[in-house]
Amino acid sequence: MSYSFHHGSDLLALCRRDGISLGEAMLRREIEEGSRTRPEIFAEMQRNLDVMRASIAAGLDPARPTHGLLAGNESVKLDRYAAQSELGPRLCRMVAAGMAVAEVNASMGQIVAAPTAGASGILPAVVVCCGDERGLADETLCMALFAAGAVGAIVAENASIAGASGGCQAETGAAAAMAAAALAQMKGAAPEVSLTAAAIALKNCMGLVCDPVGGLVECPCIKRNAIGVANAVLSCDLAMAGIPSLIPFDEVVDAMRAVGAVMSPDLKETARGGLAATETARRLEKNIQ
Amino acid sequence: MHPYTLFDIIGPRIVGPSSSHTAGAARLGNVARRVLGQPVCEAEITLYGSFAKTGKGHGTDKAILAGLLGFAPDDLRIRTAYEEARAAGLEVQVQFSAQEAAHPNTARIRAKGADGRCIDLVGVSLGGGLIEVRRLNGMEVIFRCEYPTLLVFHQDQPGVIRKVTEVLDNEQVNIAFMRVMRNTKWGNACMILETDNPVPPACVEAIRKMHPVIREVCAL
Repeated sequence: MSYSFHHGSDLLALCRRDGISLGEAMLRREIEEGSRTRPEIFAEMQRNLDVMRASIAAGLDPARPTHGLLAGNESVKLDRYAAQSELGPRLCRMVAAGMAVAEVNASMGQIVAAPTAGASGILPAVVVCCGDERGLADETLCMALFAAGAVGAIVAENASIAGASGGCQAETGAAAAMAAAALAQMKGAAPEVSLTAAAIALKNCMGLVCDPVGGLVECPCIKRNAIGVANAVLSCDLAMAGIPSLIPFDEVVDAMRAVGAVMSPDLKETARGGLAATETARRLEKNIQ
Repeated sequence: MHPYTLFDIIGPRIVGPSSSHTAGAARLGNVARRVLGQPVCEAEITLYGSFAKTGKGHGTDKAILAGLLGFAPDDLRIRTAYEEARAAGLEVQVQFSAQEAAHPNTARIRAKGADGRCIDLVGVSLGGGLIEVRRLNGMEVIFRCEYPTLLVFHQDQPGVIRKVTEVLDNEQVNIAFMRVMRNTKWGNACMILETDNPVPPACVEAIRKMHPVIREVCAL
């Protein structure tokens, strides 16, 4: 039996056919096409999960500075402030975790690219924080990461996950879509609902440009990871509340590719446009050279 | 087949901040070391394009150096690569070139081993930690090191390819992809064989000694 899928529609058809989750479908595709067995794939994902957890802890440890060249150590402040947050302490801490990983990344720490290094905070923050809070087994968290992998693979194949070709929508947008689907699956949503969550997350940042100050993965990337976490959680809530996405997932991905294609190269990781072209950015750039 | 596997999307595990400018750079350095086949004593690293422009901030120079020292892209010693190099007796010079290259993330790595042997490698970082070697010791080449890769440098002459592939056939090594490049007819040539299973060391040795026109064999 084939577990090949190239679009959200194929993926959902597989899930319906076998009565399986998005994550299980991705896992079966990996077994079918790769050289690894089911336990080997779980073991490899567990190593990723361990690094994700460690990167959150490292970033939120006030004793360990996480300075890049421009920014750093801000997630600790947000974590400390969480009790007063209007978002509520739970979501605020999750956002802080996402920033923490992005700061660890900026300071040359160990992270898991998910799907990229620049957007590496969103998926671990959502999956690890929600999973650990609910006391879910690591196997369930790995399954959620497989679901995220399914969404990311479809976005990568049909649009892009690289800021240089699709802008920030392709990086933090894809990461938020992956995290939204993973969270929905962890909360027991049906595959269709998980994919709707992913579609909503992508729609929420359609057109977002990649404009890193000085070409570094710091400003605005760290805060884009913060909003990416909130985007993922909100999109999951919208979908699980029964609110549909009028535009289906596959068409959202196609739209994202088309938007990326007409985006000026100045707005795709070249540090020539957007925030990177501001007066302050130019001054900061001079200081770090 | 699908263009992206599960672990292309969730992974790789790397030291930040950039999969292309840091992790890919570390892999390029590592390939250079493996082609040299011994510890590196001297190295000259030249960065071009975006590598040159933002390499300092992304630790591209440190990552290539760490790769030359044999460190993996997720090794935290990338941060302190210069100190590690000093301790290992590796002398390094880094240039951030203003010259443009065909690909924005290009590095040229010239390295010398303890026995005086040198290599000259030009590689690019394609994004997501993927790399491609484009030039090796003056020869145009193309390989990505995603499969076990056998490089055979030889003189362009009829029959050499058959002899090499015969050795692999005898060892049940399946060739997935193969390219042959040469500078001129009867001149310097290079075979690039990407295989499903690694080429056993005895097999590499056999190919090395097989024929006088085979100058160099290297299994990555």
